[in-house]
Amino acid sequence: MVTTDVVPDISRVRDVPRTVKDTASYRVFRVVNVTVLVIVCAVTLYPFVNLAAKAFSSQGYIMAGQVNLWPRGFNLTTLDWLAHQERFWTGYGNTIIQTVGGTTIAMVLTTTMAYALAKKHLKGRGIVIGMVVVTMFFNGGLIPNYLLITNLGFKNTVWAIIVPNAISAFNLLVMKAFFENFPAELEEAAAIDGMTTYGIFFRIVLPLSKAVIATMILFYAVFFWNSWFPAMLYLSDADLQPVTLYLRNLLAGASGAGREAGMEEVQIGSNLKAVTMLLTVVPIIAVYPFVQKYFVTGVMLGSVKG
Amino acid sequence: MAPDTGTAEASPPTRGGELAADTPDAVLGGRSRPPQPLRDKDTWARALRKDWRLYTFLILPIIYLLIFRYTPMAGNVVAFRRFRPGSSMFGDEWVGLYYFQAFIQDPKFWEVFLNTVILGALTLIVVFPLPIVLALMLNELRSRRFKKFAQTITYLPHFMSMVIVAGFVFELTAVNGTINQVVSGLGNDPIPFMQKAEWFRQIYVSSEIWQTVGFGTILYLAALTTIDDQLYEAARIDGANRWQQTWHITLPGIRPTIVVLLILNIGTFMAVGFEKVLLLYNPLTYPTADVIATYLYRVGINSGSFSYAAAIGLFEAVIGLVLVLSANLIAKRTVGASLW
Repeated sequence: MVTTDVVPDISRVRDVPRTVKDTASYRVFRVVNVTVLVIVCAVTLYPFVNLAAKAFSSQGYIMAGQVNLWPRGFNLTTLDWLAHQERFWTGYGNTIIQTVGGTTIAMVLTTTMAYALAKKHLKGRGIVIGMVVVTMFFNGGLIPNYLLITNLGFKNTVWAIIVPNAISAFNLLVMKAFFENFPAELEEAAAIDGMTTYGIFFRIVLPLSKAVIATMILFYAVFFWNSWFPAMLYLSDADLQPVTLYLRNLLAGASGAGREAGMEEVQIGSNLKAVTMLLTVVPIIAVYPFVQKYFVTGVMLGSVKG
Repeated sequence: MAPDTGTAEASPPTRGGELAADTPDAVLGGRSRPPQPLRDKDTWARALRKDWRLYTFLILPIIYLLIFRYTPMAGNVVAFRRFRPGSSMFGDEWVGLYYFQAFIQDPKFWEVFLNTVILGALTLIVVFPLPIVLALMLNELRSRRFKKFAQTITYLPHFMSMVIVAGFVFELTAVNGTINQVVSGLGNDPIPFMQKAEWFRQIYVSSEIWQTVGFGTILYLAALTTIDDQLYEAARIDGANRWQQTWHITLPGIRPTIVVLLILNIGTFMAVGFEKVLLLYNPLTYPTADVIATYLYRVGINSGSFSYAAAIGLFEAVIGLVLVLSANLIAKRTVGASLW
């Protein structure tokens, strides 16, 4: 398998010869350094812990401002209630459909384009690469894009979400760089055996590029999974809205109601909001530890060539 | 073998013989006429015949780019033309700079312009240096396991949807949220942070820090691994302490990375986190929170003044472009590193 070994291992710690003694002030620094980093980690995790605590607390304790690290007045009724909300699961289903659909379209276009553009002898290659690079620095802007999608009749269809973001120039350039480093001998050998470009691409190149393909799938999948704004623009039909938009409407609705009805109203849905958020982030947190390294690799691959 | 007429003259005699057998004209012609340029045979027809399968890979992507990237770019012409609903997306009556003048004279102009600049500047000044500091701190760790752990934790917020981040902000700043518990604990009245314009910038910047700083260390950490250990060894022999090593070896080692990322950040200076502001602000916080992008959104999408909104968007984009070009130029002149 052709790997992405070119990227450095950024978890590596620098070897310090044991014979060199640290000065007293550096020892102090190291203690401070570790302490600060522990605090940074704690602060980063705190919102998640607080969220889980609120999700399983009773509304009374939350309103009294007594829920921080641990649930108080243990409560599963909200979770149960939400679990029976059809609208919520419709949203989840839509998120999955849009993530799978968007990622598939994006991967087909990005992979084939990157492979063709990685062939240095290809006539017209420079012009097409230029076309891609321009899109990194300019985009049409909100209004022209909105008018285009509307004119194409994509409003209130899933196409409005999954088509317009199909080729990310960054991802494309990362893949192109990867294919450029693909061992040419393998492709030449296959060509001598009579394989066409298609055969080489599907039977030799793709199976050997699993690492970079996995990375790109994850980049796109996270983008579509987290996306909410295009849905707010184009999907007024609630049956098509992703769960992020469901959550956004919940957050906006509650704070909007609170402004009119005074402070207390804001908190009515605090427990419900926490449960909804929790159910939305759990899948990401569950897969995150296993896929994290692919993202790091992808970012660094991009920087090597970008 | 597919001989090229242009190289025939330069070929050694033996190959010339081969060529003559294949294509006698080429050699004869080559003697009597100036050598034909390579592209005589390197035409599109030939490239297409040879690589047509590769070109089929490009058909869909190019159509895609033309429709979904380049058509909207051209669509900005609507900023110069009056748009009528149901008519062309490019507008139908030329009005020149009318909408740009309208924006500059708009009573909201200075508010949204200054809010954009202030939020952009705060992000650049406060948030940009932090990943460098964090990367340097991680770099001093001696336990690989703790370093990995800290990296895993601090990268996590990057993968959260903007809606989740906004949800966290609402929860933590709520009247009975954690921050207000601290405020009450200190003997003050709880503050409804999200309803107070004077708190919006602090909240925005804090959430940016939480969300972006960890993941922002990756490129710096990658740059740090490329610094040669021998430099540190030599510095130690010369008697440099750890601070001096950091100052004279580590920082110069990651300087190109810093410069490139700084230029990129300046490029997005005007496009301050539109989605985040849109989720966090409300009419009470408009005086500090309303930025060009959110104003444009309300004018265009909510009120349907597409031409006006497109002009606002173009105004913002042009400033962004000028900023990134000048930052690149300054970086090239002063530190010799640049994007292009």
